[in-house]
Amino acid sequence: MELLNWLAEPMLYGFMTRALIVTIAAALVCSVLSCWLILMGWSLMGDAVSHAVLPGVALAYIAGVPFSFGAFVFGAGAVALIGVIRSTTNLKSDTVIGVVFTTLFAVGLAIISKTPSQTDLSHILFGNVLGVTDGEFVQVLVLGVITLAAVLFKRRDLTLFAFDRTHAHALGLNTHWLSTLLLGLLALTVVVALQAVGIILVVAMLITPGATAFLLTRRFPVMLTAAAGISVLTAVVGIYASYYWDASTGASVVLAQSAVFTLAYVFAPRRGIIARARVRHAHRPAAAGAVQ
Amino acid sequence: MRKPAPAQHRRPAREAGAAAPALNIASLTVRYADILALDRVSLGLEQGNICALVGVNGSGKSTLFKAIMGLVSAGTGTVRIFGAGSKAARKNNLLTYVPQSEDVDWTFPVSVHDVVMMGRYGRLGPTRRPHSADREAVDHALEQVGLTSLASRQIGELSGGQRKRAFVARGIAQQARLMLLDEPFAGVDKGSEATLTSLLQRLRADGKTILISTHDLAGIPRFCDEAVLLHRSVLAHGDPAEVLTTENLARAFGEGATSGAA
Ligand SMILES: Nc1ncnc2c1ncn2[C@@H]1O[C@H](COP(=O)(O)OP(=O)(O)OP(=O)(O)O)[C@@H](O)[C@H]1O
Ligand SMILES: [Mg+2]
Repeated sequence: MELLNWLAEPMLYGFMTRALIVTIAAALVCSVLSCWLILMGWSLMGDAVSHAVLPGVALAYIAGVPFSFGAFVFGAGAVALIGVIRSTTNLKSDTVIGVVFTTLFAVGLAIISKTPSQTDLSHILFGNVLGVTDGEFVQVLVLGVITLAAVLFKRRDLTLFAFDRTHAHALGLNTHWLSTLLLGLLALTVVVALQAVGIILVVAMLITPGATAFLLTRRFPVMLTAAAGISVLTAVVGIYASYYWDASTGASVVLAQSAVFTLAYVFAPRRGIIARARVRHAHRPAAAGAVQ
Repeated sequence: MRKPAPAQHRRPAREAGAAAPALNIASLTVRYADILALDRVSLGLEQGNICALVGVNGSGKSTLFKAIMGLVSAGTGTVRIFGAGSKAARKNNLLTYVPQSEDVDWTFPVSVHDVVMMGRYGRLGPTRRPHSADREAVDHALEQVGLTSLASRQIGELSGGQRKRAFVARGIAQQARLMLLDEPFAGVDKGSEATLTSLLQRLRADGKTILISTHDLAGIPRFCDEAVLLHRSVLAHGDPAEVLTTENLARAFGEGATSGAA
């Protein structure tokens, strides 16, 4: 009974319920996308897109248009710019990504420092899920549903593309289009998650759940489900932590995800360090016996 | 010029309109920057034959496969697969390709069964949801390559030779009519090689056309109906016994290579 009260109390406040929904939506969309991102080796791309949206968000506030519009334009623009520079130089991807996103991030900081403080920089950088407006609430939910639906509808093609793009090509699939789709969905996901955890920590939600789930299973559908489950659980933990301990919501969600990752790293059935040590241990006497 | 292939009687009767050659390449030239990899290659393959592609390292075998697949852009020349262009052929599941080395992530969380199922995707709806006929095709393909008992393993948990067979199974499940196999015997033991060649012969009996590159010259006459000797352009094409002569091999491999092989 006490536990129920403990759980119910924050939800008596409308802004807390709304924060919980936004955080769950953001974490869920991020976690689903993270499964493909980590298999594609695109973690840094996630970092890049999330930082590159800063000028878009700042300009959107100044112009009075929805922040998600500005963020998406700059996220997608960063991806396109990275693609162009990569294909016209011999520079390695991570170099190009690094140059582009730090430049855009700096542009964002410069814009904000030059404009009268209509927007609080710390809200953009670290999220402001407790202060979500009605308009932002609707934006996040609509974009979240669209992104999730698109990813799940195309999930088998995206997995094929991530695993073996030569075969995707051999089947006559348009691999450029699949790559663009995944990057576009990445930009949308970042937009969805900005409110909840802010620009700086979005990348954690885009990597950690997928990485954790990868340690737990060797089946992609299971990985997807595990990542989604972990993200919802940690979103709830984050919201309660911010209510009862007054901790930052974004930081709490990310720390909860890191904790689950650590548990998986230690205890995962096959890939965890304990399981690995056990396998090594079980084989040692047998090998010694064979020598004798 | 080349004689009619000896295995023609094996070809099952085909529906009308399917008389186009399995592969017809005309004057194909491919360059990588300043490297001329293929120089005016012309090549026709009849349906229902196994054709060996032979040449030294760097003679352009893999490039030829990639050009057929549309993976490298042809500088000049044309490639027709059953009368269709490369893209149309791929969209219609006419082509399957097992590359020399798979550029895939072996830790990827997919099972052998999942990988073979990917051969069916071109025949499935937009969400690629498989039906029971697709599962049967996958099971059948796995059985043909002898991987049924390993079907639920993660793809990276197979040996090199078993991986090759898994990708061949994917091509079988795809039910493509032209199969391109780039050195499937590399790193494969004699037992697996024999399994694979008898499998190829069964696929030929089903009407498949197979182009296979190999460095195992001695094995070619056993299971191939024709051979192509490549050295940037086609040096000889026809019956294996007539193509793989000492004289031709000397032209393709250089004098040292043939005396070593003899
Ligand atoms: N990506 C590339 N960029 C530049 N040159 C290339 C590339 N791939 C192949 N080449 C060159 O093109 C020529 C043909 O190469 P290809 O890989 O087709 O030969 P191959 O017959 O398959 O050789 P192998 O028996 O070693 O597999 C070679 O001279 C090679 O150096
Ligand atoms: Mg090659």
